[in-house]
Parts: sequence; structure tokens; C-alpha cells
Amino acid sequence: MTVTVKVIKKPGRTVAEQVYLPEAAKGLGFAMKRFFKNTLKPADKNDIDTVKYPEEKRDYPERFRGVHRLTQRTDGSPRCVACLCCSTACPAQCIHIEPAEYEPGDPRYGYERFPEVFVIDELRCIFCGYCVEACPCDAIRMDTGMHMPPSTARDHFLYDKETLLSIPGKDGTYLTANPRHEPGDPSHPGIDREHGH
Amino acid sequence: MSTQVLVLSSILKIVFVLIVTVGVFAPVLIWAERRQSAMIQDRLGPSRAAIVLPPSAVALIDKARLPMWRGFALTGVIAVVFLVGLTYVAVVGTNPLPVSTATLTWTFIGFGAAALLLRIGYGVHSMIVRNDGKIMLLGLLHPLADAVKFIFKEDFVPPKSDKFLFAAGPIIALIPAIAAFAVIPFASTLHLDHWNQVLPRTGEISGAAIPMQVASLNVGILFIFAIASTGIIGAAISGYASDNKFSLLGGIRAASQMVSYEVVLGLTLVPAFMVYRSLRLEDMAEWQHIHSWGIFNPLLALSFVMFFTAAIAETKRVPFDLPEGESELVGGYLTEYSGMKFGMFFMGEFVEVVSLGAIASILFFGAWDVPFLERDGFHIFGLSLQLQHWMVILIQVLFFLLKIIVFIWFQLMIRWTMPRFRYDQLMKLCWKGLLPLSLINILLMGALILSGGLQKYVDLLDRIF
Repeated sequence: MTVTVKVIKKPGRTVAEQVYLPEAAKGLGFAMKRFFKNTLKPADKNDIDTVKYPEEKRDYPERFRGVHRLTQRTDGSPRCVACLCCSTACPAQCIHIEPAEYEPGDPRYGYERFPEVFVIDELRCIFCGYCVEACPCDAIRMDTGMHMPPSTARDHFLYDKETLLSIPGKDGTYLTANPRHEPGDPSHPGIDREHGH
Repeated sequence: MSTQVLVLSSILKIVFVLIVTVGVFAPVLIWAERRQSAMIQDRLGPSRAAIVLPPSAVALIDKARLPMWRGFALTGVIAVVFLVGLTYVAVVGTNPLPVSTATLTWTFIGFGAAALLLRIGYGVHSMIVRNDGKIMLLGLLHPLADAVKFIFKEDFVPPKSDKFLFAAGPIIALIPAIAAFAVIPFASTLHLDHWNQVLPRTGEISGAAIPMQVASLNVGILFIFAIASTGIIGAAISGYASDNKFSLLGGIRAASQMVSYEVVLGLTLVPAFMVYRSLRLEDMAEWQHIHSWGIFNPLLALSFVMFFTAAIAETKRVPFDLPEGESELVGGYLTEYSGMKFGMFFMGEFVEVVSLGAIASILFFGAWDVPFLERDGFHIFGLSLQLQHWMVILIQVLFFLLKIIVFIWFQLMIRWTMPRFRYDQLMKLCWKGLLPLSLINILLMGALILSGGLQKYVDLLDRIF
């Protein structure tokens, strides 16, 4: 079998291209079209993409991961039960939690714990969102839509429990859409340390 | 004409030219160049430089808003009423009103100017009073910021450079660029004794006549060529004095390129001299005013295209900016320059852009000639509007500046469209392309003149316009 070779002709230059002027005029026409479109048409009809930053801000996507917040229960205490799932999942190891027990007699005593200390080092955080994924109680969220406010001192970026609880979500509330069933509520399934499944 | 008038008018003309070129066109060009390129490339460009006003000033300006608008509306309406009256007088030819035409005119001008000032004030202050009290003016403050930067920047001089030549280079590049404006006429002759009268359309005018150009030389355009070629020395010695291989290469490139294109630049214009029969720029403008613009002659149109190409190469701008060639020569002869010395090169380049626009419009687009505007006013197909002499001159100056602006815009457009030539292509274009073509163009024009065809063509155009 003979090998067939398909000879592809090298694209030559046409006379118009060699004369240069017609092609130059074409290029000029194109540039002028862009110029007039962008200068004469209003901002929503031209092609200029520049955002005038301090006055205009680009919209962030729905799931943009901003500064963390700790969601609250209806009584204002944190939803966090200090299970340490988030600090375990954190690849940057920026979450520090010290769990504590409720007082005996509290309906939550023996059922769950609460964080005595909850500190996130926002300078260490890589904003991966694993803590939010790991949380079984919907207690930590990154839906604030906020950048970290700039500061001059490193310890300003150690966000403690009170700070994290005081940051609202994008919708302005401190709660989440997921309802919580407190021990003692009629909707509570009644499972705790003493009464198992 | 007395000596005082001569001296005073000369000084005024020099100041006017300096204000127009160095004061207005060059700074605005720095902004326009960057802004226009941004617009072509779908960006916004420099628009952020701002003067921040204190809140008290903002509040004060805000308070003036409504009175200004009311004042504008009032004076504007009055001015329009007077304009209607004036138009009636101009069209009918008689004045049935109890007041004289001169009073009418002056009242109109007074109220019109007041309305205009108030409107400008209102517009400017709307621009100022953004809610944060910043004056941005579309980014026109960027040249100002640039100038401040240039002045306060470290003026670095390479240790082993030739200090004197290093300092002389930018000056030699800038001064000729400005000096070229000496012979450029920006309006027809001003008859000082009849400045507020309507002049007769033809005929000699008595009294003091001031040519609206700084110097009326009989070498005219040759003066511009001579002066412009002095710029070569500036580029060449600054390349030599910088003690830098890149600078030296850039300087050599600049010298050879400008010397080559100088030849073509002169030859492409020879057909124009043959048609206008003069080297004086004011005579060329006058010829085009009497007959028709040069561009309507096909041979002159060809010579315009060649002249424009050669002139862009002469000013060393894209696509012929090989002396700078930042991709291969860092910055060419500009490499070692910083601060105000670089600023002078920059300024010189922009002034050259303006003077190129001016020369192109004088030689091929009728200079200060406004269509239908004669010495006594507008004449459009039988309709006529009588204008006083100073108004005619003012319109001519403004129209000439408008032509220059259009040419500057076109040059910037070319600058942001074309890719850079290779050096051999540049030389080939000059010696094998433009030079023979311009010689042929001269021969053709000579043949046309000798055969009497030119006279017939000009007569034909005269009948059309």
C-alpha cells in the first residue's frame, strides 16, 4: 500500500494584504467601531467591563464563603454543641474550642455540651468551608458575605465566641432556616444520654 | 500700523499658540491617548484621579445648585428671544424694532454669555458634587497628577554619561516641536480697524492688517521641515549621551529613520506646492479658501496619504516607533531618562502630534476655511447671514482647532490599531515605496499642470462649490 500524502498549500497572502493599506483600513474600522460603541453608548449597552471599585462592587456568587459566624438558638445561645467536628476537619487548624458541661438540672445537661471558648484565627483560615460541611448542628456558617475588616494588629483577627455570634448572615438574621428541637420541647424525640434509642 | 500694536499682537499670538499647544493640547493628549486606547480595548482607562473637597465646601456648592439652574433658565430664555429678533433682522434685512441692531446684538451676547457661564457652572458643579465630594472630571486630572509626579521624581543621571548632552537632549527635542507653530496660520487676516464691522466680501481693506500667525515667513513650510529635522539631533545625542547600549541603538535608529523620512516628507508635498504655487502656509490656506480643499484633487489625496504615513514615521510613533521599541530596546533612547527630562520628550512628542494635525489640515483640508463662510458671513445656497469681522475670525479659529482635534483623534486611532513594523520593512517602505511613488506623483502633477488639465479641474470644482 502506498502512502498517500495530502499536500496542504501554505496560505499565501492576497494582493490586498500585501498592499497593506486596505487591511490597515479594515483594522482601523474595527478599532473605530469599538471606540464609538464604548464611548457613545450608555453603560449597560457598551462592552466596558471595568468596575469602578469603591463606588461599584461586583456581586459575589450565592455561595461565596465570607467571614464565619456562629448561629444562635432562639434564646440567643450558640447552636454549637462543642462536638469538635469543625476543628477536627479544619485543614489549617485555626479553630480552637474548649467544651464545657451545662449545670446539673439544665434540660440540656447530660444531653449536649457548649463551647466555653470558641476562637477562629481568621488569618490562618484558608476559607475552604470544611468546618461548615463538618458541622452536624448547622452551628457554624460562612454565609455572611463579608470580607474580613482590615486591621493593624494580629490579635484583632482572633475572633472569639461573642464576636462570631454577633455577625449576622447575609439575610440579616442570627438564626438559620433549620429548626432546632430543644430538650423539653414537645417536638423533641427524647433521646439523651440516659434514654437511648 | 504702529509698533506698539505690532509688538502687542505678536506677544498675544505667541501666548495663544503656547496656550493651545503646551497648555491645552499636550496635557489633554496624554489623557486622551490612554483613555482612547482603553475605550478601544473595552476598558475604562484613567478616570480615578480626584481632588477631595472638604464636606463644608460640598454643602456650600450644593446650596448654589438651584439658584444657578434658575438663573440659567431665565437668561437662556431672554437670550433666545433676542436671537429670534436678530435672526429676523438678518433674514429680512430691516430693523422694525425701536432699538438699534447693535444694542440688540450686545444684549444677546450679554445674556447668552451669562446663560452659558451659568450652564457651565451648573454642569461643572454637578460633576463636582458627587456624593463623596470628589472632583474627577472624567480623569482629566491625571495629566496634572502626571506632571506633579514628573516634577518630584528623582532626576537620575547615569554616572558615566555625558552630563551636558544628557541634559541638552530633551530640550533639543522639545523646543523645535513648539517652534514649528511659529508659521502656522490659525485664521485669515485680522483687520484691526474694522474688528466689529461687517467687511465687504471682496476687495482691499484699509487700515492695520494683522496676519493670524506668529511669523509670516516666505519659506513657510520649509521652515517647519528645517525645524523638525533639528529634533533628530535631540534623539540622537540623548541616545549617545546615556552611556547605555540600548539607548545608543535607539538613538541610531531614530537618526536613520528620521533622516530617511525627512526626504519623503518633503517630496510628498511637492505636488501641493505646485498646485498652490507658494510655500507660505497662509497663501495655501487662502488658495483653498478661494478654490477648493486640496483633498478633493485625487493626486493631492494620494500625496496626503503618503505625507501622513511619512509624518507619523517622522514623529516616531506607532507603527514606526522602532527607536523606542520597548520589546527589543527596553525604551530606546528614552531608557535612562526619568522625571521632567522624560516629561520633555513626552511633551515634545505630543506637540509634534498636534503640529502634524495642523500641517495636514492646512495643506489638504483648507486650514481655517469653513464651508460657506466668507469674509462677511455665511452664504448657504442663496441664504446669507451677515457676521461681524471678529465673529468670522473666531469661527475660523475654532474650526481650525476642530480640524486639528479630528486629526489628533485619527492619529491616536492609528497608534492603537497598527502593529509595529520591522526595521527593514520601515526602510523598504521609505526608499522603495514612498520615495518612487512620490516622484511619480510629482511627474503626474507636472503633466497635469502642463496639459492644462489642472486648471480645468479646479474650474470644475469651483463651479460645484
